[in-house]
Amino acid sequence: MHDKYEAVIGLEVHLQLKTKSKAYSSDPATYGETPNSQVSPITLGHPGTLPRMNKQVVDSAIRLGLALGCQIRRVNEFARKNYFYPDLPKGYQITQDKTPICNGGQLKLTLADGSEKTIELTRIHMEEDAGKSLHDLDPFNSLIDLNRAGTALLEIVTEPDFRTGEEAYAYLTEIRRLSRYLDISDGNMEEGSLRCDVNISIRPYGQEELGTKVEVKNLNSFRNVQKAIDFEFNRQIDSIAKGERIHQETRNYDASQNKTIALRSKEEAHDYRYFPEPDLQPLIVDEDKIQKARSAMPSLPWERLENYTSNLGLSRYDASVLTEDKDMSDFFESIIENYSDAKAVANILNTQVRSYLNEKSVALNEYPVSATDLAELLKLIKEGKVSHSIGMQRILPEMEKGSKLSPLQIAEANHWIQESNSDSLIPFIDQALSMYPDKVEEYKSGKKGLLGLFMGEVMKLSKGTADPKLCSQLIREKLEN
Amino acid sequence: MAYSDYPSYRKELESGSLTVVAEVERILEKIDQSAHLNAYLEVFASDARARASVIDQKIAHKTAGRLAGMVIAIKDNLCFKDHKVSASSKILEGFQSLFTGTAIERLLAEDVVIIGRTNCDEFAMGSSNLNSAFGPVLNPLDNSRVPGGSSGGSAAALAAGLCHASLGSDTGGSIRQPASFTGLWGLKPTYGRISRHGLIAYASSFDQIGPFALNAYDSALLLEIMAGKDEYDSTCSEQAVPSYSKHIEEPVSKKKIAVFKSVLNHQGLDPAVQANFHQQIEQLKQKGHTVEEVDFDYLDYLVPVYYLLTTAEASSNLARFDGVHYGFRASEAEEPEAVYKKSRTQGFGKEVKRRILLGTFVLSSGYYDAYYGNAQRARRLVTNEMNTLLEKFDFILTPTTPHEAFRLDRKDTDPTVMYLEDIFTVLANICGLPAVSVPTGYGSSKLPLGTQLMGKAFSELELLQTAKQLG
Repeated sequence: MHDKYEAVIGLEVHLQLKTKSKAYSSDPATYGETPNSQVSPITLGHPGTLPRMNKQVVDSAIRLGLALGCQIRRVNEFARKNYFYPDLPKGYQITQDKTPICNGGQLKLTLADGSEKTIELTRIHMEEDAGKSLHDLDPFNSLIDLNRAGTALLEIVTEPDFRTGEEAYAYLTEIRRLSRYLDISDGNMEEGSLRCDVNISIRPYGQEELGTKVEVKNLNSFRNVQKAIDFEFNRQIDSIAKGERIHQETRNYDASQNKTIALRSKEEAHDYRYFPEPDLQPLIVDEDKIQKARSAMPSLPWERLENYTSNLGLSRYDASVLTEDKDMSDFFESIIENYSDAKAVANILNTQVRSYLNEKSVALNEYPVSATDLAELLKLIKEGKVSHSIGMQRILPEMEKGSKLSPLQIAEANHWIQESNSDSLIPFIDQALSMYPDKVEEYKSGKKGLLGLFMGEVMKLSKGTADPKLCSQLIREKLEN
Repeated sequence: MAYSDYPSYRKELESGSLTVVAEVERILEKIDQSAHLNAYLEVFASDARARASVIDQKIAHKTAGRLAGMVIAIKDNLCFKDHKVSASSKILEGFQSLFTGTAIERLLAEDVVIIGRTNCDEFAMGSSNLNSAFGPVLNPLDNSRVPGGSSGGSAAALAAGLCHASLGSDTGGSIRQPASFTGLWGLKPTYGRISRHGLIAYASSFDQIGPFALNAYDSALLLEIMAGKDEYDSTCSEQAVPSYSKHIEEPVSKKKIAVFKSVLNHQGLDPAVQANFHQQIEQLKQKGHTVEEVDFDYLDYLVPVYYLLTTAEASSNLARFDGVHYGFRASEAEEPEAVYKKSRTQGFGKEVKRRILLGTFVLSSGYYDAYYGNAQRARRLVTNEMNTLLEKFDFILTPTTPHEAFRLDRKDTDPTVMYLEDIFTVLANICGLPAVSVPTGYGSSKLPLGTQLMGKAFSELELLQTAKQLG
């Protein structure tokens, strides 16, 4: 049965914008403040107040729309979506109905097996968020926190282009990455700055017509979106196998039991009575505004990936690891401004730097070493002033401890400058060879593997400063001539 | 001595023959004696006294604002910081505003005295002031009659001499109709001329704040102070505000004025109103203006379009009064749904509930296009027609109301009969145009009649100048 059906899935993502103030008022939009401290009469929906459009929201929507190749609408109207809920102080939400700011557009995904898939977007529109109802703080009452009320959201709606939970997971990851690159949202699903509802139906392979769709809500992580889709796919197939019909309904995902539970049927669905918001003038987006947004666009993850592989010669793997996170990619780019060996920079970031971050569980912006110092360290290694191992195992840890000295100063202070002068190395070599007269004989009779032993002694005697290449060459000359 | 106009009053204040303190005392006393009118819901007596003495000092120091000492009553749907505001509804029981609306803020900056808040139809819905949760207002000229509505308290207060001017709001005639019923100047400015910030919304795309005044000059002065762009209202126009009061006395050129044949022949028109209207037309002609009869086929559509759209907007605007956040909450309601239902059922009056239900219906899925959608299209059609007409004519002249003030005990079993009271006034709100009602005579019961002059958007100066030639 399962291999005869495919899932048809569309996603609705709500992205909470990082704007300083709310969508339709000048109240601050700071997360995690004392309940009901970020509110004015406008947020409280007091009689006599009117909404005020936040221009930053429009800019964010245009940025996202341009990044996704959407058509940007010139005349934007706002609409009211009417429903009663205790954390919705006005009794309606200001949103866009028939005239979303973005239409069309697409996002290309790379899946785990390396295959690519393009998701078509239906629309992106601007709207305001509701407050929060808190049901677990007081044993007798529900409490309402209106700090979030009126904060700005973008809703991104896709076509029903997904077939699996994995694709949905990849899409959400990509949307989060993009919103961070564009600096419009944290895209953090656990904190609620990215929220996702799923529309899913099933149909036999080869059938054009869509099945009855079910909406799944209450999803709080990318992984749960994937799990909920997998669960719902199987549930719908099982229903059909039992001869039942799929009902058009809204279901809640219960993460603790990994299942979906019916919430309300189509008949119980709200009639939101959308109509044009009479308190806001239509918003005109002119060509000039779009051009400005276009020229202020940062380079996007897929553009950087292309640049890193095609122009900088990085492997696809290295490039995709670096571009996963905008901060890391920015850091990479500022290092290669001072040190052009991209491969070496990618290596140090993907190994040493990443392991530091993992070990300390800190974000890149807390990494104590600057891009210029990392570039200098790589230069010291490249020029042979310090050995690779001294650089990575001794100097870098000093730098990571927050040393005020430059990499070169650290090397000098610790006598780690590589001995590349044969005159100064000869005494160490003579001393090392004199310690093992029998091993010298064995070497001479063909046991070339003993070179490593002599090398090790020289390194020890020189406190690691001997240039290994020169050192091994001098030892061989000494023993073989 | 009774107040006649602001310049004469100001002269008395500056000469020292009168103080604001004395004038406020005189008015407070008169308000006390006129309590039976039920014009005021609350008198801000101690506020007013304190402010009056500060303003007297400013006058002495010649630092007083342009409206110094003008005693103003405000309709109970205008927000005034730290003062109660209820829209004459039980649902806002105990509610105080946290801010002052822009229009009042600007008046206060010019040193007016806000004397109190006036009774009105609940949420400005009505043409009689009979829909107030706090009882009807009596027409001071005949206590068995209504003062009109919805700004009935503001009209009655001024007509009875209980203030120097007052503010109302006009969504379909709520300033002009009571002005007509009480013999006052009532101005509904162009939509967007005065910020709506601080006005409790009834129908957002129709509502405008405007003044009741005793004459054209005071109307012009008040408009001039209140009008102009406001960052708190994005529907408020950025168009520059002319010095209306400075130019109000200038002679007017010969105007082209249209009257609708459908109005002249309207069935519901009282013969006295008709006679008065014809007299006004003759008078304008004698002064050299052209008055021409024109066809206007939309008259019978205006009231339906108005009620479909205003109730739709009202159903949404009044959703915030839900018993959860502020104002009245029904007792013994725990679950949110019960809080909504009981609070709204008990908190709103009958007419408000009727309009919320009607508005909810016209926006509901399956009916939206037939009602709201068609009404929107009709609004656009009417607006286009009016704009075309106003390219050929400077003004349109109508009676303000079909008859003089009606009796308090009037019984309508069909609410749409009362809705027809608005037939001549709703047009200006549908099209966002400025219109003024001017007292022009008396009806068969010796009660005032008004004539309405309506002009192009933002033509308030010419409108007031020309309206002075009526009466």
